[in-house]
Amino acid sequence: MKVTLNVWRQGGPSDSGAFQIYEVDDVSPDMSFLELFDVLNERLITKGEEPVAFDHDCREGICGSCSMMINGRAHGPERGTATCQLHMRKFEDGATITVEPWRAAAFPIIKDLCVDRSAFDRIIESGGYITAPTGTAQEANLTPVPKEVADAAMDAAACIGCGACVAACPNSAAQLFTAAKIEHLNLLPQGQPERWSRVVAMVDEMERFFGSCTNHGECESACPKEISIDFIALMNRDYIRAQFKQRRLTGQKS
Amino acid sequence: MTKVAGELTDAPNVNVPRRKAPFIVTFYRSAVAKKWLMAVSGIILLGYVLAHMVGNLKVFLGKDEINEYADWLRRLGEPAFPREVVLWGMRTVLIAAFVIHIVAAYQLTMINRRARPTQYKSPRDYAAASFASRTMRWTGVIVLLFLIFHLLDLTFGTVNPGYVGGNVYRNLIASFDRVPVAVAYIVANLALGIHIFHGAWSMFQSLGFNNPRYNPWRRTFAIGFAGLITTGNVAIPLLITAGVRP
Ligand code: FES
Repeated sequence: MKVTLNVWRQGGPSDSGAFQIYEVDDVSPDMSFLELFDVLNERLITKGEEPVAFDHDCREGICGSCSMMINGRAHGPERGTATCQLHMRKFEDGATITVEPWRAAAFPIIKDLCVDRSAFDRIIESGGYITAPTGTAQEANLTPVPKEVADAAMDAAACIGCGACVAACPNSAAQLFTAAKIEHLNLLPQGQPERWSRVVAMVDEMERFFGSCTNHGECESACPKEISIDFIALMNRDYIRAQFKQRRLTGQKS
Repeated sequence: MTKVAGELTDAPNVNVPRRKAPFIVTFYRSAVAKKWLMAVSGIILLGYVLAHMVGNLKVFLGKDEINEYADWLRRLGEPAFPREVVLWGMRTVLIAAFVIHIVAAYQLTMINRRARPTQYKSPRDYAAASFASRTMRWTGVIVLLFLIFHLLDLTFGTVNPGYVGGNVYRNLIASFDRVPVAVAYIVANLALGIHIFHGAWSMFQSLGFNNPRYNPWRRTFAIGFAGLITTGNVAIPLLITAGVRP
């Protein structure tokens, strides 16, 4: 296969950046999209040029590092697929593929296709955990969890924090990420003690950096883990309820 | 500049800074709460639009029916309340809903602009966002401008030739006898229909009404409601201009 890549090159955070065209031939249809960039970079290095910087780690769709806007879609045209799991056979021979970094105020560009996603870490730090004492795991059956609830929590917990939801959202909203990170705890018994303070803290922190939801549903269709916007509705409900709750009765500071 | 993992982000604040303030102020500062308020005010506006349409369709029952209905609105609440008091109470709620809906929409739009200061340089390929959802701001502005004209036309009579207060039937016919005005009414009501289509679905998400049992019906409801309002509202200028005189 032969493809023409139209790649965003930007030397550093304050550079203006521009698209650059690269012709890549001898592409195997079985390559992943990241391997295409490996091939391109090797050729660039041999020619003495600067390789394209891009984020990657596990290359099996579980770490959330890879992040490319491919032909106007976060993670490319395939549903439920991270960039590292996207294969070249999904493209036509001779295709021109445009690749851009995520664009959001909260995700400043570091270089080329790498963006700084630490705004997500700020959201997690503000409440995406439970403060139960750790130690040896307790007997699992001590805390019964209905199967449906466990499944729903697991669906939310599938979030790999790649930021595709923010990239795909016309408002750069992080609702899907934040909702998944809140609700995988709020759905389970272990998450109940901090349920109301968690949702308020995490939503407030999210709103420092990200836009607001207009219910387009773009995030859901871009999510490599196909997390449902149903979780956003749950988060909205929890947030409003938390605001009006007499939280002293649940042992929490208002 | 090299970034180290875990370093504090230098992403800018896009929302107003949170300071200590009374509950109602801190509540309103949240974008999620603003969306909730937009949904609540949206429900009030949907109720109004429905009632408005049902009332106005009386024009097809004839002159006396609609003029009598208009007078009944003023008498509403009598004898417990003096004339027009209940009507003004409803108008107050309605105006408040409009103000909340518009101010919150404006502020959220500004937040969203700040959250995406640099647009994508290549064309986006939307996978889920509908025409309606992406044009909410446009349809909203069209409806607002139309509303101003509509009030000047049929409430204050400023732009209605030979306006007669209280004679709804006459004013309506006088207005729609002008073809361009009828066209403007039709266009504006199509915009309203598109706006309602996204809004009537979107409000369930903003309010957090989400239940697998009725989730598929949320979209059906939005289509049905938007279709009903559009059909009813468009029928009036269309048929009157076409010469239908009940
Ligand atoms: S590289 Fe880990 S998810 Fe793609």
